[in-house]
Amino acid sequence: MAEIPMAPALIDAAAFTRIEQTEGIHGISRPSLSYWQDAWIRLKANRRALWSLYLVAGLMVFTLLGPLFWQVDPAQQDVEQISQPPGADRNITLVPEYEPWYGSPDAPGEGLRFVADPSTQHVRIQWDPMPGAAGYRVYRNIFPIGPEQALGLPLQETDLSQTYFEDRLDLQPRDYFYTVVALDPRNKELDQLQTIQGAVTRVLSPSEARARGLIAEHAQAEIGSSYTLALHPLGTDYLGRDMLARLMHGARVSLFIGFFAPFLYVIFGVAYGSTAGFLGGATDQFLMRFADFVVALPFLLFMILLKVVFAIGPGESGILPMLLAMVLLLWPGTARLVRGQILQIREEAYISASRLLGAKTTYLVMRHMIPNTMGVILVTITFAVPSAIFTEAFLSFIGMGVAPPTPSWGSMCNEGIKTMLTTPHELIFPALLISLTVLAFNLLGDGLRDALDARMRNRE
Amino acid sequence: MWKYALKRVIQGVITVWFIATATFFAMHAVPGDPLSGDKALTERIRANLEIKYGLDKPLFTQYVIYLKNISQGDFGISFTQENRQVNDIIREHFPVSATLGILAIVFAAVGGVLWGALTALYRNRWPDTVIMFLVILGISVPSFVVAALGQLSLVKLNNLTGVSILPVGGWGTVWHMILPSMVLGLGTMAYLTRLMRSSMLEIISADYIRTAKAKGVPPTQIFTRHQLRNAILPVITVLGPSIAAITTGGFVVEIIFAIPGLGRYFVQAVQQLDYTVIMGTTVFYGAFLVFMVIVVDIIYGYIDPRVRLE
Amino acid sequence: MSNTHITSIDSEDAFAKSAARQLLIYGVGAVFVIGILMMGLQGLASIVGSGTTTADAIDIENQSITIAIRTEPPQLNSTLATDSSSGMILAHVMEGLLRMSMDDQLEPAIATRWEVTDQHATFWLRRDAKWSDGVAITAHDFMFAWKTALLPELGSEYAFLLYAIKNGRAINEGTMPPDSLGVSAPDDFTLVVELERPIAFFDKMVTFQTYLPIREDFYNTTDGKFGADADQMLYSGPFVISNWVHGSSLLLERNPHYWNQQTISLKRIHIGYITSDAGATLNFFKDGKIAYTTLLAENLNDALEQRWHIQREQDGTVFFLEFNHRDERITRNRNLRRAMQLVMDMEELVYKVTKLPGYIPGESLFPGWLQGVNDKFRKEYPVTKLRLNRESALQHLELAKQELGLDKIPEIVLLTGDNPVSNIQSEWTQAVLKRELNIDIKIDKQIFKQRLAKMTSGDFDLVMAGWGPDYDDPLTFGDLFASWNLNNRGRYNNPEMDRLIEIAQLSVDPTTRMEAFAGIQQLAFDDVVLLPMYERGVTYVVHPQLKDVKRRVVGAEVDFTRAYIVPAR
Repeated sequence: MAEIPMAPALIDAAAFTRIEQTEGIHGISRPSLSYWQDAWIRLKANRRALWSLYLVAGLMVFTLLGPLFWQVDPAQQDVEQISQPPGADRNITLVPEYEPWYGSPDAPGEGLRFVADPSTQHVRIQWDPMPGAAGYRVYRNIFPIGPEQALGLPLQETDLSQTYFEDRLDLQPRDYFYTVVALDPRNKELDQLQTIQGAVTRVLSPSEARARGLIAEHAQAEIGSSYTLALHPLGTDYLGRDMLARLMHGARVSLFIGFFAPFLYVIFGVAYGSTAGFLGGATDQFLMRFADFVVALPFLLFMILLKVVFAIGPGESGILPMLLAMVLLLWPGTARLVRGQILQIREEAYISASRLLGAKTTYLVMRHMIPNTMGVILVTITFAVPSAIFTEAFLSFIGMGVAPPTPSWGSMCNEGIKTMLTTPHELIFPALLISLTVLAFNLLGDGLRDALDARMRNRE
Repeated sequence: MWKYALKRVIQGVITVWFIATATFFAMHAVPGDPLSGDKALTERIRANLEIKYGLDKPLFTQYVIYLKNISQGDFGISFTQENRQVNDIIREHFPVSATLGILAIVFAAVGGVLWGALTALYRNRWPDTVIMFLVILGISVPSFVVAALGQLSLVKLNNLTGVSILPVGGWGTVWHMILPSMVLGLGTMAYLTRLMRSSMLEIISADYIRTAKAKGVPPTQIFTRHQLRNAILPVITVLGPSIAAITTGGFVVEIIFAIPGLGRYFVQAVQQLDYTVIMGTTVFYGAFLVFMVIVVDIIYGYIDPRVRLE
Repeated sequence: MSNTHITSIDSEDAFAKSAARQLLIYGVGAVFVIGILMMGLQGLASIVGSGTTTADAIDIENQSITIAIRTEPPQLNSTLATDSSSGMILAHVMEGLLRMSMDDQLEPAIATRWEVTDQHATFWLRRDAKWSDGVAITAHDFMFAWKTALLPELGSEYAFLLYAIKNGRAINEGTMPPDSLGVSAPDDFTLVVELERPIAFFDKMVTFQTYLPIREDFYNTTDGKFGADADQMLYSGPFVISNWVHGSSLLLERNPHYWNQQTISLKRIHIGYITSDAGATLNFFKDGKIAYTTLLAENLNDALEQRWHIQREQDGTVFFLEFNHRDERITRNRNLRRAMQLVMDMEELVYKVTKLPGYIPGESLFPGWLQGVNDKFRKEYPVTKLRLNRESALQHLELAKQELGLDKIPEIVLLTGDNPVSNIQSEWTQAVLKRELNIDIKIDKQIFKQRLAKMTSGDFDLVMAGWGPDYDDPLTFGDLFASWNLNNRGRYNNPEMDRLIEIAQLSVDPTTRMEAFAGIQQLAFDDVVLLPMYERGVTYVVHPQLKDVKRRVVGAEVDFTRAYIVPAR
């Protein structure tokens, strides 16, 4: 080795000491990791991704094992507990069976009065004839009648001879304000009205109690005794069905579609797009034109068609045609994206290098290109999942979703929107679950992207 | 360059023809027809109507006649709106949907690029967390929920302030456009934010960025010319199909905000099996989409010097 | 050597800051660009804009109101119109021979007096009734309209209403020329109608929109586009359509040539919003943009909280479960139908599930608002009151199984539509029949056209159906299950039913007819031809300053023609 000329003034020889020759310093510092091993380590280290993995696992358990623990039939309706929020009062008192009522002219008292205690079975009111009236109209309000004279909901008109009324419309255990207004012969309201206020209690008749299993079949029913209605931890929906059970069963539909459809069409899209991008030329053009063609097809029309083609009988849930329609029609987006990335990567130096070394096409695609597009692919999948869930909800919105009574989170959201101001729990729970699923897949996708992204591999 | 464009256009026409054919036969394969109504028709009257609309001819003949007509630009008359030409329907209502769609895309693209870049820059710090949280919210709420909530909030706001800040529905002025297009673009904006972020993160750690920094290139130039420009590429590729999704997904927004757009007509036409409107809008949308894809591809070729247009 | 000792974090931070500043500049720039873009697009969009949607619900100075409708009328050709939107608008811009008053009585309109006998109906027209272009309305206009409606090539779905006139059916089937229609005009202002056979309620039928006049010379100038646009129509009613922006809005303005100006108060009715979303129209009402909206069960409490004045009417329709009586269906077995009848509690459906005031639990084929001889039909001829009885139902079920030779009742298909109300009801039906009778119901949810196709071809066991009145006489419900009626989708075929219907059709004596209807009603109950579910009602709110908004069960749903605005209190 020749002497390296040095500018003596710049370098102080005393600053350097010669080191000993030692053996074995060129050992392996750590085992060589394959791409996937490296990815797994990095994934485990990412706390957020780990939490999302647990969340996804948790949702799976909820769906698959939940019904084993909470064995309530999601289709069982209870009209006495319609749209009950969680934690609502469930006490009922037993009253005699319902009999039609046609007024009690001898009921004591004067003016507008209740005949018997108001209950959820019936509210019966009676009044004295008002002078000048040719008929009457009964109103019901849940607020006291203020100066605006907003009397509330008009329930019924009666003619002159009928000075009584029985209300059975959607009676809830709360205070109600009943008003009776006199009408002239042309059904216009006169200036005469009376109002009373009453509190409704929740009751059941013996036959209804027996139907719910609160009293044994042949046991004696004691009028006046108290019972408790079935517990619904997350409340009930618009037909009195248990929300928790419906969410569990709905998860199956939503997660099945939300997971499998994107999974399948993204895989197909990746294969398609990378082939097109890599091969280039006329093949690429042809493949991409076909993708354009698929994008422009009207989704709705083909959904209907596929349902017919699969001869979906009535009552079958129709999940499979929906899945098939989404897979057949939604892959072009991914394909285009992947193709774009491949076009970029194709020109990179290491690709030419690999090819010069004799790498085959499949090797190049599988080993070099796809891992480098992982970032984009993963983002696509994590967005495809909620998009698939929403597509299912949208189809329910226009009436082409799963057949009743099969629940799905999307259709539950749909129904919940209508009552979101009065009974928000019907919307909140399914929406929350959708959000959690979306969140989980997103964080997982983030973590996976960080873990799988080959370009970030060097950063320890 | 022009040869390329011409080739693409020819391919586009062929694609549109395929679309028309597939839709035509799919449409006729679905049970039901535009003539059935709530009141039953006698056999005679039904036969008369079928002759009037040419539905009595064999399917293939109808197909050929239809192709001949559209090659001359005549999409026929709507079955449900019996005296309106489909051409008129498209001509009058497409600009509305297009406006809504364009604004939504612009909101989504601008928002997506800006927020995405911001979160990439401040990765794992508080702007990142806040924005990503909003993004998750934006993508986990379905469009009809957002539309309903948006309209309701506006009504409450108007009532509270006693002034009509923005119209809650209808169409006609600039103010009518704001809320519906924001609602429509929200989901896509969230998606583009994510995409942009992911793309930016990859680029930030790329070697050529390090080189540029080391060379002393001013940060603004690095940012705009290198990072933003390269990171935008995936976003642009996705814009093409997003446009289609937005113009048809606008259906929900059009109904809730009472907007006279083409999306609403199209879905109703599918439900009513109004053959001419279905064919007309599908062919039209198909052509429009194919055209947009061509435009996007050409733009892509300009921006990314590495991609050579063949 | 420069001091390049910068730690990586610092430089990243500085980089981030400068980049963020860049972003801010771009952001502000973008807002500007968007603003300009919006203004540019406005030029594009206002081609279709309704322009005046910033109008308020009530404008007392200009005597104008704004309302919304659910769907756009496909066209306003009175010979073809079938849907409720067209019906509503036609009731405002057109007037026929007679009309229903605010008290639901028949009153003169273009005809000042009329006379109906067994063979003829004669109408004497007023001389001062004019079209919107100033030309007088004559008897020829009615004759032309009716002949046009009967043209076979037009395929009008309501042509059957004109079969009451001599040769009407023959013309519609193409066996006789249009000019053979049994109408004549001895002079311009007298119209003589020859009846095919005696019809007791012909005078009520002429209030229907298919009987509206059309002027021949104008019709011929429209070249097939009659009724497609505002300028392709002539108006005989209190309002004209001065602007029709398709899909967006219609503007109705006072017709200066209308003969009865003093009864009309409003100058303009602006139909500013077309949307089928009930939540959206409620929002428009809350925002003070429209003067009228209907309510759903979900927003009742909201309406109460807003202290609105809520009103409720019948909407005239009856909803029922229709059975398929064809030979190959198990629902042809009467014991099976009786079993279902004895367990379905329609009161529960109405009071607990549907929860809207105005819905009356169904008891009969005929709704309660129909008029009988002197009083309401259902009061004079009450239907048998049904008492639910589960044990009896189970016995009938056993009998059914024996008669059908089955061990177990197979799955029954319930065909239903795709609107939210029918969803709830079909799910409830499914649960009840499963719980009480252990019958499995499969719900076949189809959207509109597919459901119609299946109904016509008979591809169902049960179907949820509704029927609204075409004219104000019990026959519009009574003839539903005639064996020749194409609307009898279940193909119920009973000679006794046919016989009673023919009596009702041919007789003119009110009592005989009402007795025939009572027979039909009872037969429908005894033979369980259908299961009435409810008579539908509608709950709605009107702007407090708008008075005399009229709802009807027959004809146009809601009528603003005689409405007027009062000052705010």
